[in-house]
Amino acid sequence: MSVQASGQDAAATQGAARPGWVGRLRRSEGATGWLLVSPGAILIGIFGLLPVLMALKLSFQKSDLLTPDTPWVGTKNYRQLADDPRFAEAIQHTIVYTALFVPGTMLVGLLVAAALNRSVRFISVYRTAAYITMAVSTISEGIIFLWLTDKDYGLVNATLNAVGISSQPFLASTSQALYVIVAMTIWGWTGFAVIVYLAALQGVPSELHEAAAIDGARPFTRFRTITLPLLSPASLFLLVWLTINALQLFDEVYLTTRGGPLHATTVIVYYLWDQAFVQFNAGYAAAMAYVLFLVSVVLTAIQFRLARKYVHYS
Amino acid sequence: MTTAELTSSLEPGSTIRRWRLPFSPWHLVLVPLTFVLIVPLLWMVVTSLQTQGEANRFPPVLVPHDPRIANYADAWHTAPFGTFFLNSTVVALVVVVSNLVVCSLAGYAFARVRFLGSKALFLVLMATLMVPFQVTMIPVFLIVKWFGDNVSTYLGIDHLGALMLPNLATAFGIFFLRQFFQTVPVELEEAARVDGTSRLGVLFKIVLPLSMPAMSTLAALTILTSWNDFLWPLIVITNADQMTVPLGLSYFQGAHQTNWPLLMAGNVMSLVPMLVVFVVAQRYFVQSVAGTGLKG
Repeated sequence: MSVQASGQDAAATQGAARPGWVGRLRRSEGATGWLLVSPGAILIGIFGLLPVLMALKLSFQKSDLLTPDTPWVGTKNYRQLADDPRFAEAIQHTIVYTALFVPGTMLVGLLVAAALNRSVRFISVYRTAAYITMAVSTISEGIIFLWLTDKDYGLVNATLNAVGISSQPFLASTSQALYVIVAMTIWGWTGFAVIVYLAALQGVPSELHEAAAIDGARPFTRFRTITLPLLSPASLFLLVWLTINALQLFDEVYLTTRGGPLHATTVIVYYLWDQAFVQFNAGYAAAMAYVLFLVSVVLTAIQFRLARKYVHYS
Repeated sequence: MTTAELTSSLEPGSTIRRWRLPFSPWHLVLVPLTFVLIVPLLWMVVTSLQTQGEANRFPPVLVPHDPRIANYADAWHTAPFGTFFLNSTVVALVVVVSNLVVCSLAGYAFARVRFLGSKALFLVLMATLMVPFQVTMIPVFLIVKWFGDNVSTYLGIDHLGALMLPNLATAFGIFFLRQFFQTVPVELEEAARVDGTSRLGVLFKIVLPLSMPAMSTLAALTILTSWNDFLWPLIVITNADQMTVPLGLSYFQGAHQTNWPLLMAGNVMSLVPMLVVFVVAQRYFVQSVAGTGLKG
């Protein structure tokens, strides 16, 4: 495909495979190609690439975002991160959140998709209802769950009382708030996970199930030995995608708890935003962002490594 | 009785089958399941029709005695929701049109045109997909501020331009359209090229009309992302006149924390546009998500 694939061999094969006019056109194509990609390349260059380098530079500087004076501080920001108890706390909260949110969403998505993977009447209505959380903004979701879990008037506490459990403080409690955020974000991502799993389930050939059923395999055995392995590409995709998003949790925390009570829900990105745009320690926040970047790259690499062993592409 | 016998006794034809339901038994699973999934949305609608007295009662009033539609009018007048909707719509439209144009030009070039450095450039652009937004947001804030100070105030902090600028083109859009354009039969294009049609002509007259599903999918995803974005507007917008729906809603929530019927009426209004877009374009959302998922 590449132009650099020059040399006599390439020229000979291309000449044989394609009529002469392509060769003539190709010589004048360079300008056209660059012209077509330039708007996109310039925009992504300015707002996607340049900032990556600027953030790296910023992470070795002290900046308050306002004054143009940004003195170099060497590795001070990174060293400070290592000794910051609030950053350690934020990492811990992010790990707990991710470890619960990712498998939780995958499990809920799989169960709902399995229930929806059949042809009964009104199935498209059921499916739309399950997908719909994908259209709900994180802010709407936060407001809804703030109200559902309200400690005095919430529907969840009313339900708990009805089955004999006393009212819980939920988001007002340092020990429960993070788990409420796990629950609300699982709900918010259910639509997405269901779409992914349902598409994958529809790709499982029914002949395999029929053959196994004739051999006497029961539904659960068939699900475990046929369906789950065939779903593994979809599971890998969700694992990677949900993990990346879990590490970037911010909106729901901002709306419901502002990182509280007593920092109990301060996750990495919330702390980062607070440092950059509330405390105006932009250099420190940039260093934090780079640590986050590194962690997500390493995690993704590990997940793809594991995938080699467990993921089957049919 | 062994398990095998037990299973076979449950097979079709056995006594259990005699009380056949007039509908598939799966509805008995699907109805409660769906209900649990949408209860948060239903409760939002119910609360939006309650009086403040009803909302502050425990256990909650499940069916409002006299549904109070006026909550919606109150919410609309208490906060400039009209402005929020207009801002979100303007930003989403500009971002969608720009993405469709810019990403299809670049996607086509990467799919079909041979030019020096195309592979390297493509890889560099795709690498930006790996970078979390949190890494770039501080410098992008400074860059947007620079645009506001040096190019036009409308592009700077606290203006809608600041919401548009960083999202006018995305590496994902380029990748997505390139993948699709590669599946368009090249023979169609070659025939037109022999007739002397330019590259742009081929793109607009042949490739794009064949790529409407992909363009619609990208448009649907871009609208949803743009409309629901929160962190970036939170960083660059402080003026209520320039707020988008989620940001405006979050300020509204901060100002009326205890007036739940009013908040929920605002919340319902803020959700309606995207729910409509989602239901109308559901096919495209499903295709896009399922497509990326299956390619793993």
